[in-house]
Amino acid sequence: MNMNRRDALALGAGAAAFALTGLAGGQAFASAEDVDKKLMEIAGGSMPEMGKVMLATPEIAENGNTVPVSVSVESAMAGGDMVESITLYADGNPNPEVVTFHFTALSGAAQANTRMRLAKTQNVVAVAKMADGSTYMDKKQVKVTIGGCGG
Amino acid sequence: MASKPRVKVPKKAAPGEVITIKTLINHKMESGQRKDGDGNLIPRMIINKFTAEFNGQPVFSADMHGAISANPYMEFTAKVEQSGTFKFTWVDDEGSVYTTESEITVG
Repeated sequence: MNMNRRDALALGAGAAAFALTGLAGGQAFASAEDVDKKLMEIAGGSMPEMGKVMLATPEIAENGNTVPVSVSVESAMAGGDMVESITLYADGNPNPEVVTFHFTALSGAAQANTRMRLAKTQNVVAVAKMADGSTYMDKKQVKVTIGGCGG
Repeated sequence: MASKPRVKVPKKAAPGEVITIKTLINHKMESGQRKDGDGNLIPRMIINKFTAEFNGQPVFSADMHGAISANPYMEFTAKVEQSGTFKFTWVDDEGSVYTTESEITVG
């Protein structure tokens, strides 16, 4: 990414506006505020409660192109105690959305592992939506040595 | 574009057991953020949907975005009560569909 100081400053000011209008083209990154907004949407106006969700990421990722991530929620996965979905967000990527896992009674457990790209050091947030409408979250910071956005 | 998907499902399980399933498909998952040699943005081309079914019933699915690594890997669980067939489906931005099936004996 070729960027001089002036560009960098201008970008910082413009980034929020870019992300808001969804015009995240190339250099604009999402921010923690964008992610918070999405969390509030999922939770219906307030922030999801911390807890119940277990998000496991490496503390330091040498290669941002493939960062293993594991997420799980304690749940019986039957009757009223069901996890509908878990969504992962990365607040320093060009687009904050990473993945949404959908679970059913046949899943047996609310648990999934995958590998994601991280552009730089940032927070990863997992939000779980339960069948009764309640939401829970967990947040972890991942330090990235080599970014994964091909910039 | 994508090659033969690989899945790992146990061959046998006890009724009601929660098994772990691992899947991997080769796909470059072009994020839409990279530029080619001339500075033009390379259009996004990723697998955006993965689903797992057991005997026609949904088990697990994932909506993927550009932040999923190349050759997307998915590990998840399934509760099996009887023998049957798992069907795994991947769909990419061009609408290409990749599927594979895997049988399990329960009992």
